[in-house]
Amino acid sequence: MSRTKSFIVATATTLCLSVSLLVSGTRRVHAENVPVIDITAKRFAFSPDKITLKKGQTVKLRLHSEDVTHGFFLRPLKLDEEIPAGQTTEVTVTPETAGTFTTICDHFCGANHGNMNMTIVVE
Amino acid sequence: MKQTDRRSFLKIAASSVGIGLLYSAYPAALSAGEAGGLFSALGRANGEKPSPFSFVQLSDAHVGFNGPPDPLGTKAFERAVDMINALPQRPDLVLFTGDLTHDTEDRDVHVQRMKQFQEISKRINVPLIKCVPGEHDAGLDSGGLYREFFGETHYSFDHRGVHFVALDNVTRAKPEVGSEQLAWLKKDLARFPKTAPIVVFTHRPLFDLRPDWEWFTSDGDDVMNVLSAYDNVTVLYGHIHRDDEHQIGAVHHYASRSLIFAFPDPTGVAGPRKTVPFDKEHPFKNLGIRTVSFNGKSEPGATSLSIEDVELTAREFQGINGVHQLFRNPLV
Repeated sequence: MSRTKSFIVATATTLCLSVSLLVSGTRRVHAENVPVIDITAKRFAFSPDKITLKKGQTVKLRLHSEDVTHGFFLRPLKLDEEIPAGQTTEVTVTPETAGTFTTICDHFCGANHGNMNMTIVVE
Repeated sequence: MKQTDRRSFLKIAASSVGIGLLYSAYPAALSAGEAGGLFSALGRANGEKPSPFSFVQLSDAHVGFNGPPDPLGTKAFERAVDMINALPQRPDLVLFTGDLTHDTEDRDVHVQRMKQFQEISKRINVPLIKCVPGEHDAGLDSGGLYREFFGETHYSFDHRGVHFVALDNVTRAKPEVGSEQLAWLKKDLARFPKTAPIVVFTHRPLFDLRPDWEWFTSDGDDVMNVLSAYDNVTVLYGHIHRDDEHQIGAVHHYASRSLIFAFPDPTGVAGPRKTVPFDKEHPFKNLGIRTVSFNGKSEPGATSLSIEDVELTAREFQGINGVHQLFRNPLV
């Protein structure tokens, strides 16, 4: 086996080992050097309110609450995170289903909680 | 005793009257002339012999909410009280399935809203009113203030042979029941035979009705696994501000309309949830109550409960004059 081929095999093996969880619709990985998307949660909106991901591409979502505890829930991508008040939660995902999805805050945060959502587009 | 379909033992005829739901629960076997023997047997098995009665479900009054989309405040709730008091058959009880009040971070204001809810609900001419909280009552303080006014957020009681279970899926802030309450539910139901008539009332749907509108309970499947062991279970809930019927196995789920504003049919609606626009000409459109009666009639072959929804009508507010009455304090 050539040195180049050995490198490819080793890299692929490392990548496979780094996959910690396989779930329908989303593949979560413990991976370094993946694109990071910062999302801020603040009563009663996420900012940005729309992001676009690529099917099969791993990204890290860095979720930060600027006030109270919020949730980050999207059933098709198996996302169900808590964002504690004033803290940051990170989740790494690899969407495997294309579509336009509404992500909601599912931790009751006040009067307009029901309208706190954002759009995730998977192309 | 003649063999009887246990699932048709208890029938609930419900009327959604726009202010909630009136239920009529009655034994299917009555007209078959076998009521005496069947009821005696079930009385021995279930601990109490079922007897006719009716009750009303109300939901989502959101006392303190003051539009848009609905600028009428407590008008629909008060109209519902009038309608219940005018029913030809006086209900035994009223079940209120959450969001009695609208939330606020000002504790004193929320106290006033809960007091106002109690003042209005006390006008209902029924012996018993039972409530569960919605997230707007209890989501911000884990149910602390709600408990001061209305007591525990989950409990059960028996009434004329029917076992009622109040389930809380809001005080943990997320849409879930939680393992402790699940353990309580199993223990609570363990003493009943599988034939026992059971009515569960809660705020959020116990199944995935529309998760991206937060119309679900994350551990609802666990609850359903417990309930599926029983033949005669009906689940009444609110939260979705519209009537809805759903069947999972032998368990029937019914949502009540709200007393403040309506949400649309989610079928075919993409994207975020939006309220149904307020209609000045029909201020109570899509609002209502549900009634259930245990009235001695029979409907052979029907499912365990039959529900009738009654849309809230604007009796004294119909027509242009009515609208003018309603808008005596003109809206913006």
